[in-house]
Amino acid sequence: MTNTRTVLEVRGLDVEYVTADLPVRACADVSFTLGRGEILGVAGESGSGKSTLITALTRLQRPPAVTTAGEILFHGRDGAPPVDLAALDARELRRYRWTAVSIVMQSAMDALNPVMRIGAQFADALRAHDKALDKRAAWVRAAELLAMVGISGDRVRDYPHQLSGGMRQRAAIALALACRPQLVVMDEPTTAVDVVMQRQILAQVLRLRRELGFAVVFVTHDLSLLLELADRIAVMYAGRIVELGSAAELYRAPRHPYTQGLRDSFPPLHAPLRPLSGIPGSPPDLRRPPSGCAFHPRCARRIEGCDARLPLLEAVGDGHQAACLFNTREGAGR
Amino acid sequence: MSPDYVLEARNVSKHFTVRGSLGRSAVVQAVQDATVRLKPGQILALVGESGSGKTTLARLLARFYEPTSGEIALRGEPVAGGGRAARRAYHSDVQLIFQDPFGSLNPLHRVRYNLDRALKLHHPSLDGDARLRRATALLERVSLTPAADYLDKFPHELSGGQRQRVVIARALAVEPKVLLGDEPISMLDVSIRLEMLNLLEKLRAEDGLALLYITHDIASARYLCDDIAVMYAGQMVESGPKEEVIAAPQHPYTKLLIESSPDPERAAGDRDELFEGADELGEPPSLIDPPAGCRFHPRCPFAMTQCRSEAPPVTGLGDGHWARCWLHQHGRAGELARTTHAAAMARRAPQEVAT
Repeated sequence: MTNTRTVLEVRGLDVEYVTADLPVRACADVSFTLGRGEILGVAGESGSGKSTLITALTRLQRPPAVTTAGEILFHGRDGAPPVDLAALDARELRRYRWTAVSIVMQSAMDALNPVMRIGAQFADALRAHDKALDKRAAWVRAAELLAMVGISGDRVRDYPHQLSGGMRQRAAIALALACRPQLVVMDEPTTAVDVVMQRQILAQVLRLRRELGFAVVFVTHDLSLLLELADRIAVMYAGRIVELGSAAELYRAPRHPYTQGLRDSFPPLHAPLRPLSGIPGSPPDLRRPPSGCAFHPRCARRIEGCDARLPLLEAVGDGHQAACLFNTREGAGR
Repeated sequence: MSPDYVLEARNVSKHFTVRGSLGRSAVVQAVQDATVRLKPGQILALVGESGSGKTTLARLLARFYEPTSGEIALRGEPVAGGGRAARRAYHSDVQLIFQDPFGSLNPLHRVRYNLDRALKLHHPSLDGDARLRRATALLERVSLTPAADYLDKFPHELSGGQRQRVVIARALAVEPKVLLGDEPISMLDVSIRLEMLNLLEKLRAEDGLALLYITHDIASARYLCDDIAVMYAGQMVESGPKEEVIAAPQHPYTKLLIESSPDPERAAGDRDELFEGADELGEPPSLIDPPAGCRFHPRCPFAMTQCRSEAPPVTGLGDGHWARCWLHQHGRAGELARTTHAAAMARRAPQEVAT
């Protein structure tokens, strides 16, 4: 059966970095479903596996990273059976790049060719997927796409270095939308810009999503930003999703101690100030992950068994999942 | 009489000459007529967008380069010129911490050497044993304990947070009176940023250290500092006690900056409404040819004719709070509290926006 409301289903995704000494499992048993037009935020710190997840989803990973298990099921608009992106070869994948799934990287300079005019780069992408489009029409379309993100159409003749950092990032978003993808994966797209530009970019993503209906996987270390932007948020720690729920639920009632610690690591902008302590310790070395729950050495609510048993992601509320023994124990006690 | 301020930048400007296209040179007015004053034990946050001149101002205060005009004063005494010895003496009072803890330590040497070198330079009278005791004590101060475990580590063996602690420990080795922190936590993981802010607060409380905290993160500035100064396009536009500046900004740019900062508290409402009107907020101007009058006027929803030609004077608002905006001179400052940047922008007449 095909589900027309779902655009992406990730099931049991494992990604390992295969090295000579110790293999590192950077993504472990990652599963989630993304609705059509939904914005899913992925929050995590360095080493949490969030970037690994993105390169696996978009099949942009390079050795030594290898997807060792799992499926990435993409559901097209036409209601045809889903396609497992993880199983496609390079040639088959090409049909899905840009038109089904596209990516916006942290640094627009990584996505834009520095020695090509902006318009030519758009024209390349457009014409690769629409052979009937002539060069002139492609440049006109490029100008329209730039206008969509508030950049004057005559900037198509500019080189990337002639645009400001914020404009380049917006141009990269316009480029990612050029072939009307159904899913756009964004990897820290606002980390390199300051707060005013960040807000502009987020406002534009929301407006374009409303107009074009694409879904977004938005990866960042900044949970405070996701709480404003995302429909649902997945929190990653040491390669696993430890909590998944609506932005409002995660903020009001986080059910994993790491999520709570992360939330309380952002001082409030207006609410009364109180001393905050962050999360003691530092993220684990994935070459030697802690036993049981990877968060247990830093966890203030650690109970017996946390260092031995790996907690699974399980329902703790309506559409809300968390992987913490504390929840299981509480539930059992009731 | 002892001076009130431990470190001051008095009306400093810094202009850089850059080579433009076709061999023409241009002058970048990175900082224009900025004044900053730090009292002992005070934490002042300097906020603004990238390119606003925050880092240049910090480097002027650290005497990385001399101001084009204006002066830097330490304990009320202007400092200028002087040889290496004079600079070293200055740096035993004023230390700068960079954003990047990876680039701030010598990667070829162990923590012990990195600390020892600073101690040797600034405390030549100490012998090797005394320096080792100092280094151990410094690591303990920044909570890298047991210190013996860290002394023989190389920088690459430490996490980002530990490395930034070593950078702070090295800055403290010279027993400075002032720390200048240029985005000292922005490259660290979120969960350990607070530890660093709490450490800086502890150093202020225990040593009476003055701190200039440069950031674009208003929420962390509010958590740590006493006062906030706001820079825009190389100029100071507003300064005052943090709660006043954040709750009731008195410059339209400060207002834009605060309304643009993530605030999970307000996330409960409708998202499209929350971001309405925020998809065109403009960008800072080029500092080679900055706008005449108030430099913010092209982006300002409240701009008047005068704003385009005349630079606004400073209006004192009591309690050390001041702003540089014509609204105050025209009795219009009340408008700031009654609207948001986006709503005011939408109301601004289209022909005004065009000019």
